[in-house]
Amino acid sequence: MATITSTTARTLLRPTAQKGLLSWLTTVDHKRIGIMYFWTALFFLFIGGVEALIIRLQLARPNQTLVHPETFNQLFTMHGTTMIFLAVMPLIAAFINYLLPLMIGARDVAFPRLNAFSYWIFLLGGIFLNIPWFFGQAPNAAWTGYVPLTLNQYSPGLNADYWLAGLQLVGLGTLISGFNFIVTIFNMRAPGMTLLRMPVFAWTTLIMSFLVIMAFPSITIALFFIMFDRMFGTHFFNIAAGADITLWQHLFWVFGHPEVYILILPAMGIISEVVPTFSRKPLFGYSVMVFSTVAIGFLGFSVWSHHMFTIGMGAVANTAFALTTMTIAIPTGIKMFNWIGTLWGGSIRFKTPMLYALGFLSMFVIGGLSGVMHSAAPANMQQHDTYFVIAHFHYVLIGGALFGLLAGMHYWFPKVTGRLMNERLGVASFIFSLIGFNMTFFPHHFLGLMGMPRRIYTYDAAMGWNTLNMLSTVGAFVLAFGFTLVLVNLLVSIKKGKEAGPDPWDARTLEWITETPPPVYNFAVTPLVSSRDEFWARKYQGAPALAAEEPGPIILPAPSYFPLLMSIALTVAAFGLVYSNLLLTIGLAATLLCIIGWAFEGVGEVTIYPKGFEQQ
Amino acid sequence: MSTYPLPQQEPQGAQESVALQAPAHEAHHAALGVDSKKIGMWLFIASDCMFFGALIGTYLIYAGKSTVGPYPQDLFDIPLTTVSTFILLMSSLAMAMAVHGAQHGDMKKLKRWLGLTILMGLTFLGFQVYEYSHFIAAGLTLSRNLFGTTFYVLTGTHGVHVALGVLWLTLLFITALRGDTKRVNPVNVEIAGLYWHFVDIVWIVVFAVVYLMADVAA
Amino acid sequence: MRRSRLSRCVQRGTLLVFVLLLALAGAQVYAQSTPQQSALQPAGPVARMQLDLFMLTVYIAIGIFTLVVGLLLIAIVRFRSRPGRPEPKQVTGNNTLEVVWTIVPVILVAIIAVPTVRGLFFVDTPPEGESITVNVTAHQWWWEFEYPDYGIVTANEMRIPTGKVVKLNLTSSDVIHSFWVPNLAGKMDTNPGRWNSMWLQADTPGVYYGQCAEFCGVAHANMRFRVIAETPEEFDAWVARWEEALVEPVVHAETPDLVARGAEAFMDRACFACHAIAGTDAKGVVGPNLTLFGTRTSLAAGMLDNTPENLAAWIRDPQAIKPGNQMPRLNVPEEDIQAIVAYLHSLR
Ligand code: HEA
Ligand code: HEA
Ligand code: HEC
Ligand code: CUA
Ligand SMILES: [Cu+2]
Repeated sequence: MATITSTTARTLLRPTAQKGLLSWLTTVDHKRIGIMYFWTALFFLFIGGVEALIIRLQLARPNQTLVHPETFNQLFTMHGTTMIFLAVMPLIAAFINYLLPLMIGARDVAFPRLNAFSYWIFLLGGIFLNIPWFFGQAPNAAWTGYVPLTLNQYSPGLNADYWLAGLQLVGLGTLISGFNFIVTIFNMRAPGMTLLRMPVFAWTTLIMSFLVIMAFPSITIALFFIMFDRMFGTHFFNIAAGADITLWQHLFWVFGHPEVYILILPAMGIISEVVPTFSRKPLFGYSVMVFSTVAIGFLGFSVWSHHMFTIGMGAVANTAFALTTMTIAIPTGIKMFNWIGTLWGGSIRFKTPMLYALGFLSMFVIGGLSGVMHSAAPANMQQHDTYFVIAHFHYVLIGGALFGLLAGMHYWFPKVTGRLMNERLGVASFIFSLIGFNMTFFPHHFLGLMGMPRRIYTYDAAMGWNTLNMLSTVGAFVLAFGFTLVLVNLLVSIKKGKEAGPDPWDARTLEWITETPPPVYNFAVTPLVSSRDEFWARKYQGAPALAAEEPGPIILPAPSYFPLLMSIALTVAAFGLVYSNLLLTIGLAATLLCIIGWAFEGVGEVTIYPKGFEQQ
Repeated sequence: MSTYPLPQQEPQGAQESVALQAPAHEAHHAALGVDSKKIGMWLFIASDCMFFGALIGTYLIYAGKSTVGPYPQDLFDIPLTTVSTFILLMSSLAMAMAVHGAQHGDMKKLKRWLGLTILMGLTFLGFQVYEYSHFIAAGLTLSRNLFGTTFYVLTGTHGVHVALGVLWLTLLFITALRGDTKRVNPVNVEIAGLYWHFVDIVWIVVFAVVYLMADVAA
Repeated sequence: MRRSRLSRCVQRGTLLVFVLLLALAGAQVYAQSTPQQSALQPAGPVARMQLDLFMLTVYIAIGIFTLVVGLLLIAIVRFRSRPGRPEPKQVTGNNTLEVVWTIVPVILVAIIAVPTVRGLFFVDTPPEGESITVNVTAHQWWWEFEYPDYGIVTANEMRIPTGKVVKLNLTSSDVIHSFWVPNLAGKMDTNPGRWNSMWLQADTPGVYYGQCAEFCGVAHANMRFRVIAETPEEFDAWVARWEEALVEPVVHAETPDLVARGAEAFMDRACFACHAIAGTDAKGVVGPNLTLFGTRTSLAAGMLDNTPENLAAWIRDPQAIKPGNQMPRLNVPEEDIQAIVAYLHSLR
């Protein structure tokens, strides 16, 4: 083991723990942060999943009274909010955190302390959002929080206050991650790792992060507007004072639509890593893939009103948004066909990661195609706010984003733990998930067309929706079983999995060059990159294994208390927003102090002496 | 430990020849040749543009929609605000001088101009406070009408940006007074400068949209 | 080992196809069992155009899906790793292919785009010709229908003549709702503080079910309504009946005493504070207008059939039937309830 010495004794507060709870609370190591993101996201996935199962139980048969209507509204609101903001996005953050520096040959992200801060604020924000469950006032106005339903007059309780303040916390963390990832990609690449040699996952991270920093401001502002209306009696959404309530919808979807590409792009990046590896071929049309990612990112900002075809914008505006929306099918199609091109002529191995990748390819198409059906605006007027939409977005979110992330999870598990996940459990989990997933959500298409609106807690037996709803509920449990197998597989394999060795999949990219699991410093010597699939080139194409630096002591950023302290301070402020101005002031003042302390503490340095370079 | 051999010679066949650079003690590669914090600031500015975009957009959408007075024409004192705008503009100049000082290691120049920038920022804030109290006395509160709502939130957000900028510059100033040249290095001053210029430019837009256009509309 | 993996893979494919077929078949069965409200059974020009456009997208989607999954399956079978297969050529791309699979989607998108745009203008511009106008105001959680040309204000049931264009102006008195009768037309939101408009037309007489489609709070699921399309003659008779009722309410009183007592109780029990009945002193506007309530087929925003038992149960405890709705439980004595029921049902 390497010896680690801290060279920053000067600062009073600097933590030094390398093991135990304190070391996790103060860590700035991107890999540890990635792991914390991962488990936290899984936890929230579980919560959101249980909420979904209760929803499905309530809807299994007509006129059920399993939950109170009010509770039902809380359930789907928190299900949507949790899944999007607390499960899938953090899961993505987990992958990016762990892998991005390894993939581009860096020792950490550009701003390690900010990275830790992003995690802590997400964790506390997630908990914060769920607190009102304990007194029965969880947010209840849907994940889209349309006004005037979220204003005082129609939501006098704390429900909306928690939702507004909680999303601000979570959003802040995401925003900061966005900056961090972009700078990391711009600045931390190993020598020779040009932008066009980066793994596509790094590219999707880059574009996704740009979407984050350009889209999140819009929802932040919009949330503040509601907050001010609720707290200070401003008139942003007060119709009597001349306000226009559709303003919220515009601001929300200017964020909301890019948000869905934020969720899918990293999954597409993962697929672009997994498919080549298991086909033993480089990604087909790399530069086209990169370009189409950029195109999706750009187009994603011009389509937001396709969520608002029925608000009465008029034919001209609807036409514009319908057309821009449809064009997104083109770059996405290009991606689909390039993945198929990658498979074509390859030598395909059907390991679990590949199965999930194939699941992604086939299921995402279904969701994408129903998206295009939505974009045909006159037809959308029938589909909007029905289960047809529910079908669409679960196909892209589960069949797309989640399957992509599951592919990645099985693929990189050995990198993180040094062990393989169990293949048989993996295959079984895939089969159950795939079948359960289709059983749950395919019928939703028909339910929607047969007139079933979304967000209803009950329906009449005469509506003709009984059988399909029952089918869907059963499917949800099959799906949950499939996911449970994934969880079991994870837990079992961590302890008992087969030793993976450094390169279990015969992989192609930089992260597999270093040891498994990677040491704190990632690379003993920073590699010098000379090709796109550097590892493959080194293994099979005779590329020399070059290093970009002399071996020697390595300097890493030092741990810090401030990320955690500052997120606590901000959470206090968030409670202040809900309960009292005094608390708000205290929280903000504490935050300011933390910022100052943070600035004066500096990045700090820890020097590591790898074996053979012990401290003299 | 290192399982991969070190280069015996310059890399062959690599499209770009990258020599052995990045000494072991270099924490940041700076692959773009620009300091990470500076790139971060540029990104923040891009993102902040969207913040102000949303606020200014809202102001514009609601312009002229207030159902009760007071209306912009009743309150605005364009000459007065022009003065404060001018002061803020000039503070950008002062900031540029401070940056220049930092870049040439001229601490005295840095301190002088930084101090001036701070003073001008404070003056601008003073004008804003005066303006607010004047408006409130005239009946325009946050919850009076749509104009009050959008006006205070937009200009208030900008004011908070200025205030944070002043705080930041003050911290730099104090550090500079203490002679800590490690922290008050050119890059750190430049970044603060970037922020400061951005906040100024936003004000120009706000001034045009809120004050000047109100005059045109009236 | 390899064999069994392949066969498993084939099994998986079969299973998937099987599940999809099953879902399709099930849905088919249910589509034929005529769901109460459905976009798949259009009964008017707007819904028909929307279904036609939808089916176009479906055909294109099925084509693309078959292509993509077909290619996937071929690739999976043909290029699965087998012992003795040579190492794959490290192909990095092909420009001709890229162009092809850019152009083809462009064409397909264009094919969808043209009828989309045409459809948007179709739904936005009601055709010339005979028409009636209805102003729709959505409330938490019921619907108000006003016929400005006839002075009619009714609730939760909209009568329209077949074969005529019905122009709707829509707004809301509180939060956003959305007016949706799947068989007749796609939905249109009702925004507070703003009037939207849409049009629809029913080809044949019948009851068309509708439901609020925009989440609007606790009773969103129970904010239903009916559109009753009648022949123009029947519709005119209904209008004529209204013209009478606007002057003189009660006509059909088989049990005059009871009805008279009901009319009194309606005033005594504060019902009048929220409900209006034309020609009486009841002029409340908080709840649905109950003029000619006896001609209504449904109760409580389409939740229940308008039977004496249901009506009595509603008055006894509206909150038990429709949790969260804005009509409080008023503890009306049982005999008053019976009287009020008789009274309300006499308003025909
Ligand atoms: C991962 C998330 C994700 C992704 C990737 C998408 C992708 C798309 N979405 Fe979806 N969408 C959501 C998540 C997502 N969506 C969510 C969460 C909602 C609901 C929010 C709410 O109301 O709660 C929603 C709602 C939504 C609506 C509003 C529905 C309504 O409420 O009425 C619309 C309307 O146009 C739409 C369209 C599209 C389109 C056109 C795409 C396209 O990007 C799809 C492109 C992909 C393909 C088309 C398939 C592959 C292409 C080919 C094989 C090429 C050939 C194809 C053609 C020529 C057609 N989406
Ligand atoms: C990425 C996002 C995501 C994901 C993954 C899911 C997953 C699921 N969702 Fe979805 N859903 C949304 C995003 C998502 N959802 C959104 C945004 C809305 C709209 C909300 C709104 O209207 O405001 C919505 C709404 C929504 C509705 C409509 C509610 C309504 O309109 O009334 C329904 C109904 O069936 C539903 C069902 C499900 C089901 C059954 C799953 C299943 O896939 C869940 C399966 C997962 C688990 C069960 C947890 C994981 C399992 C483990 C960790 C193992 C152990 C667990 C157990 C054994 C229980 N969801
Ligand atoms: C505080 C106001 C209020 C009072 C008092 C009130 N109602 Fe109501 N009533 C409503 C509202 C609001 C609704 C609509 C409920 C819904 O469907 O969501 C309603 C609905 C009804 C309906 C169903 C109407 C329809 O179109 O389906 C009937 C019948 C009715 N009320 C009768 C009565 C009677 C009888 C009384 C007196 C004993 C009464 N109401 C007192 C507010 C009131
Ligand atoms: Cu009204 Cu939903
Ligand atoms: Cu969208």
